[in-house]
Amino acid sequence: MTQPDRVTLPTPILEPAGKAPQQEPEAIPVPSEPSEIRRFLRARSSGRAADGTFGGLMLMAALSIFVIVALILWVLIHNSQLSIHAFGWKFFRTSDWDPVSGSFGALPFIYGTLVSSFLALLIAVPLSLCVSIFVLDICPPILRGPISFLTELLAAIPSVVYGLWALVVLVPIVRDNAGPLLTKWLGWTGLFAEPNFGVGMFTAGIVLAIMIFPIISSISRDVMKAVPIHQREAALALGATRWEMLRIGVLRNARIGIVGAVILGLGRALGETIAVTMVIGNHPDIAKNLFNPAYTLASVIANEFTEATGDLYVSALIEIGLALFLVTVVVNAIARILVWAVTRGASTRTA
Amino acid sequence: MTNALPKRSQHMERAVRLRRSLMNHLVTGLAILSTVIVLVPLVAILVYLVYKGASSLNFAFFTKIPAPVGETGGGMANSIVGSGIILAIASVMGIPLGIAAGVYLAEYGRGGLLGNMIRFTADVLNGVPSIVMGIAAYGLIVVHYKFSALAGGAALAIMMVPTIARTTEEMLATVPHPLREAALGLGIPKWRTIMSVSLRTATPGIITGCMLAFARVAGETAPLLFTAFGNNFWSFKLTQPMAALPLQIYVYALSPYDEWHRLAWAGALVLIVLIMVSVTLVRLYANRGTIKGGH
Amino acid sequence: MGVDIRVENLNAWYGQVHTLKDVTLHIRANQCTALIGPSGCGKSTFVRCLNRMHETNPIARAEGVVRMGDVDIYQDASPVEIRRRVGMVFQRPNPFPSMSIYDNVASGLKLNGYRKKRVLDEVVERSLKQAALWEEVKDDLKKKSGASLSGGQQQRLCIARALAVDPEVLLMDEPASALDPVSTAKIEDLIFELKSQYTIVIVTHNMQQAARVAERTGFFLTGRLVEFDATDKLFTNPSDKRTEDYITGRFG
Repeated sequence: MTQPDRVTLPTPILEPAGKAPQQEPEAIPVPSEPSEIRRFLRARSSGRAADGTFGGLMLMAALSIFVIVALILWVLIHNSQLSIHAFGWKFFRTSDWDPVSGSFGALPFIYGTLVSSFLALLIAVPLSLCVSIFVLDICPPILRGPISFLTELLAAIPSVVYGLWALVVLVPIVRDNAGPLLTKWLGWTGLFAEPNFGVGMFTAGIVLAIMIFPIISSISRDVMKAVPIHQREAALALGATRWEMLRIGVLRNARIGIVGAVILGLGRALGETIAVTMVIGNHPDIAKNLFNPAYTLASVIANEFTEATGDLYVSALIEIGLALFLVTVVVNAIARILVWAVTRGASTRTA
Repeated sequence: MTNALPKRSQHMERAVRLRRSLMNHLVTGLAILSTVIVLVPLVAILVYLVYKGASSLNFAFFTKIPAPVGETGGGMANSIVGSGIILAIASVMGIPLGIAAGVYLAEYGRGGLLGNMIRFTADVLNGVPSIVMGIAAYGLIVVHYKFSALAGGAALAIMMVPTIARTTEEMLATVPHPLREAALGLGIPKWRTIMSVSLRTATPGIITGCMLAFARVAGETAPLLFTAFGNNFWSFKLTQPMAALPLQIYVYALSPYDEWHRLAWAGALVLIVLIMVSVTLVRLYANRGTIKGGH
Repeated sequence: MGVDIRVENLNAWYGQVHTLKDVTLHIRANQCTALIGPSGCGKSTFVRCLNRMHETNPIARAEGVVRMGDVDIYQDASPVEIRRRVGMVFQRPNPFPSMSIYDNVASGLKLNGYRKKRVLDEVVERSLKQAALWEEVKDDLKKKSGASLSGGQQQRLCIARALAVDPEVLLMDEPASALDPVSTAKIEDLIFELKSQYTIVIVTHNMQQAARVAERTGFFLTGRLVEFDATDKLFTNPSDKRTEDYITGRFG
């Protein structure tokens, strides 16, 4: 039987005395206080109590988030009891909002919120997606940084500044320039009829579109970037044009996340208060005419809360707040789940 | 071997290729056009703001309170100071709580059900309209203690906590696990490891997150409408109504007085500048990353 | 000055996976013991059980007796107490980037509450000399961050950091595997110098390294300790066929 090869050792295990250490020639100082350090460390407590306290404090801080939600819900529910008992579900079906006579119907606000948000999505979503595609694929790399920086800046501009600009710039344009044109061309639809005061649903829709554009655009881009690059390469390798590559390799895979981004934008539009209040006209009307002044759930609270007289009035407004809270929570929860499903929870952007 | 695909005529081939190419160019053009449509007017907004605001800014703006109606020459000094005070209150309440919550999420609650529920709730809270926070603060504080800076600060604080918690968590998650292992291996207790290694390494990112949250609430108007309520005069009392920059801009913009409109524009410019500075700083800071490679 | 370690029937799990099976061995004090074996054989897990780092993973579990000197490290002491007596050097250097070189070395003491500056200065100098890093960094101790050194220097910094707390045992999990040959040689020299003062356990993929520095060597395979003997005997005349197969390169 042949002997298997043995490993031959290069040198004996225990080094012969001849090998000199490669450090500095001076002898390593014999530690003078090993026992002191060891004694010190032995005497230290193991920190179990401190660990427990620290962990407990952190846990309490984290639970405060639940507490915040509970407090908000409590205030909303407790203070809207009066209105709920007085009106029940009729509250959301009647369109008669007349605080003076004591009748409170919230339908105009629901209508205003939905229509203005829908309008905003109609304008913002195609534009956001196109811009996302542009930045993702078409635009030269040097422009990417500035454009995304600009988008971030736009997301950071406060609501009141948008409102101020819209009030002074957009409203006259809608009233004097764009409005009459739209009335001339599309007046037959009934959507762009007289009278046009500049403030109204249409203006609010435009401002909202501008405000939700950054969030839809940046989250869509995150979602599209999260699609693995080999999907794109596969499409190109099959001879796809750029648009086909994007459609097959990116959009198809990212569409769940894009829907999530859109819903997040919707959530933002539903709750937007200040800019809308400044340009929507604040009139509880339901009308087909987009130039008509209107009212949203958020803006009625902003506009009338401090002047509300009587407990029922305040309670009605808070009930509106409760409805707004519940709607935005549901919409946001759905959106977050969709976005998470695609990006696996990486990098959440706050609205 | 038979060709599985139907044979197309030369004519059809050309037509298909043309259609695809046209579609491609159309979409490309659309994308470029959209970008221009969106970004050029937006830049125009910013430029217009700067122009309108700058022409109304003067020294008096930063030092005086608004003049009585009908007179000119006032300023928004009380609003700037008031915003500062309210934001300070909000930060004192919101930042420590937010960071601690973030520490829990990153160091104790990574995979568990509780951690995930808290994380999800924080994300959803971030999307709740800020006016609802105002109602909450109203119902908890104003109802008992009247309009006050404290109530305004509380409303803003509950907006800051979920934001800061999530950004703190994200920053702590970027601290490489081997660093924690090294500290634990030295016999350093977990709480000390978190404080002196994890938090210390992630400090630049955490500060960034706090600045972002701060900038965000600095521009908020709705939560202050019926908490801090606003004030046209100097006031430093925390239990009294207080002016705030975005709040006063809102009030002045909707007023019928030209002088107040002028103040609103100037105020808007100041607000924008402050926020832009924050966003830029945050961007610069974020690029430095969380690991310092050397002094 | 080192202490010996007796392990009896040590079993370890990661979740459901049984990574260590009935490991029993005796690590002698003031010697260097090497652990070799193919990837995934459990040698890193074993070493992490010796300073109770294994249990920092929430799904990890260990059972058995590990006695350091006369202390049962699982029954008689807390993990923190054990880790203060056992130093660990990891496969990839992990100095604290937000601390200076001085603070890195002193971290085991400072973060445990030690304040005496004079002693800290001495300890930092001694540890860096032991780690053969002193000459290269002595002028930049407080100016440079721990992460600004080269890979080999960082690893020696980590060794200095582990030595500063004057441990009785030094665990090294493939300390040179991420380093270039020159740094590797420096670290092997270090082990040579240090082993008379501490009990050293080194995990290595490199059999020649084990042969160079260790008096005794253990061979692990799929979670079991197959053979444990004097290094020269294990390499020249292994008792178990599996050991022989591994050493001669038939697998792993």
